[in-house]
Amino acid sequence: MTSREDPAVAVSQRRLLWEEWEDGLARFARKYGLQIGIICVLLVIWGVFIIGAPATFLSREIYAAFMSTIPFFALIALPLTLVIIAGEIDLCFPSIMAMGTLVFVKVLEATGSPGVAFVFCLVTGFLIGLLNGVIVVRLGIPSLVATIGTQFFWRGVVLVVTGGHPASLVPVKGTFLYQVLVGRLGGYVPAQMLWTIFVAVLVWVILNRHKFGAHVYLTGDNRESARLMGVNVARTRMMTFALVGLAAAFSGILASLEVNYFWVTLGEGYLMKTLASVYLGGTSAFGGVGTILGTFVGCFIIGTIEAGTVAVGLSGFWTQLIYGLIIVLSVAMHAALNRRLAK
Amino acid sequence: MDYILEMRNVSKRFGEVQALQPVNFVVARNEVVGLVGDNGAGKSTLIKIITGYHQPDTGEIYFNGKKIEHLTVAKARDLGIEPVYQERALADQQTLWRNIFMGRELVTYAGLLDVKKMRQETQKLMRESMGFTSAAVTPDSVVRTFSGGEKQGVAIVRALYFQAELIILDEPTMGLSLSETRKLLDFVREIKRAGKSCIFIDHNVFHVYTVADRIVVLDRGAVAGEFLTKDITLESLMDKMYRVAQTGSLD
Repeated sequence: MTSREDPAVAVSQRRLLWEEWEDGLARFARKYGLQIGIICVLLVIWGVFIIGAPATFLSREIYAAFMSTIPFFALIALPLTLVIIAGEIDLCFPSIMAMGTLVFVKVLEATGSPGVAFVFCLVTGFLIGLLNGVIVVRLGIPSLVATIGTQFFWRGVVLVVTGGHPASLVPVKGTFLYQVLVGRLGGYVPAQMLWTIFVAVLVWVILNRHKFGAHVYLTGDNRESARLMGVNVARTRMMTFALVGLAAAFSGILASLEVNYFWVTLGEGYLMKTLASVYLGGTSAFGGVGTILGTFVGCFIIGTIEAGTVAVGLSGFWTQLIYGLIIVLSVAMHAALNRRLAK
Repeated sequence: MDYILEMRNVSKRFGEVQALQPVNFVVARNEVVGLVGDNGAGKSTLIKIITGYHQPDTGEIYFNGKKIEHLTVAKARDLGIEPVYQERALADQQTLWRNIFMGRELVTYAGLLDVKKMRQETQKLMRESMGFTSAAVTPDSVVRTFSGGEKQGVAIVRALYFQAELIILDEPTMGLSLSETRKLLDFVREIKRAGKSCIFIDHNVFHVYTVADRIVVLDRGAVAGEFLTKDITLESLMDKMYRVAQTGSLD
């Protein structure tokens, strides 16, 4: 009997094909599972809000509002993902937001040029971030402890220098810089949203298509192995902190220009939202694992909850409870998926 | 004599501990050198100096007759010194291709990672050198799902791909099954046949004796003795090693 006529062989061949298909599916799920999971969470939440508050969630205005406020922490969450993948943490960025804008205000006073002030603002953020990296790497202080310290220090500098007084940024309104940073494209899309998309793409390329990004993953996964294989672990870790500093200063000036005012408390209130977005997006607190798409989606989940909670008729008191619930559930989902997919 | 590696009076101290006394150590071209000794004899320190991971406190290192200053891991790999570490130096949660090209990622002319090429090369290596035949393992497979032998295979193939001149195997048989160990010993003979050199470190004298041309015994950070395997029987070698560990002297 040839194999073609043998029903048993045909069945086993069919099973083989099926298994191959299953294999392919499992591989796909393993590779993209976390990202698919988080997108599903966003869609479910969105669906609930649309059903619960159709008048709000089917109107243009709510999306304009989301696109103007979510970028302020999304811009930081994106590079913060690199810090966390590298196995570190950064709690200093809220103070860097304020320091960057403080430098902007002072340089603007001195030179009258918003452009020059903007450059100084970014450089300040980068340098403070780099200093965080140096403290963590060269002095060997755990990043959690080091950045709690620097967070207080730089907030303190802002308070001492300003005496607690806010500063008006109204003179910058209407300048070219203002239009580029926080103007409205077509009278609707906030420029900061376009910046966020641009930064997301840029950070994705850095993380997935540049040596630096490859080294971020390796450093977070197994620092010793990476070092043995010639990865410059120290430089990689320091650089991730510098990028968060740069992004925090950028976000700080955008947030200030949006309201035409520099408040000395700028950045307070962003800490938890930003961290939550990164973890929500599936980045592992243990390092080595994480995606930019996950963080991007995570930011929008966090950003919609507050407005959505109120819109569906719950009081604002519910917001935190729902934040907590969604974060815990999502992280539990990631952990469960991770265990299943690792097999 | 044509040495690929020559170390003169190389020493290393970690705080209070003199991990390595000033030692002289050479590897001839196309020679397999077995490095044996008890725990803490200085084996790991010696090879981590050769691979540029530790900087020696004193001494000189020559590679192909040329003096090398300030050896770093990257420089050593450029010279063709390729370590396969006992901890296997893998990143467990990353894909196979990222592990193969760890620290030496291929880039396009634009400076971006050449992911496609790295995947292809990994696929080729898997087929030709690693003996992975299962369809379930792809260049995108995550390394932590691999067996001990497979992980060792990844670490070794990494050395092969980059055309190493001197391959350093640090306790390569640790945690391997019998058949995996045999495969590994065949691989060492392969290195010899291909005209390359090798330093083979192992606790197990039986493994070292069967593949090495020369055996160097380290003890308490110093070279206690050297033997050509053709001049010494396995019994007398083991006898001497035991005595060194007990008394610090070979005879």
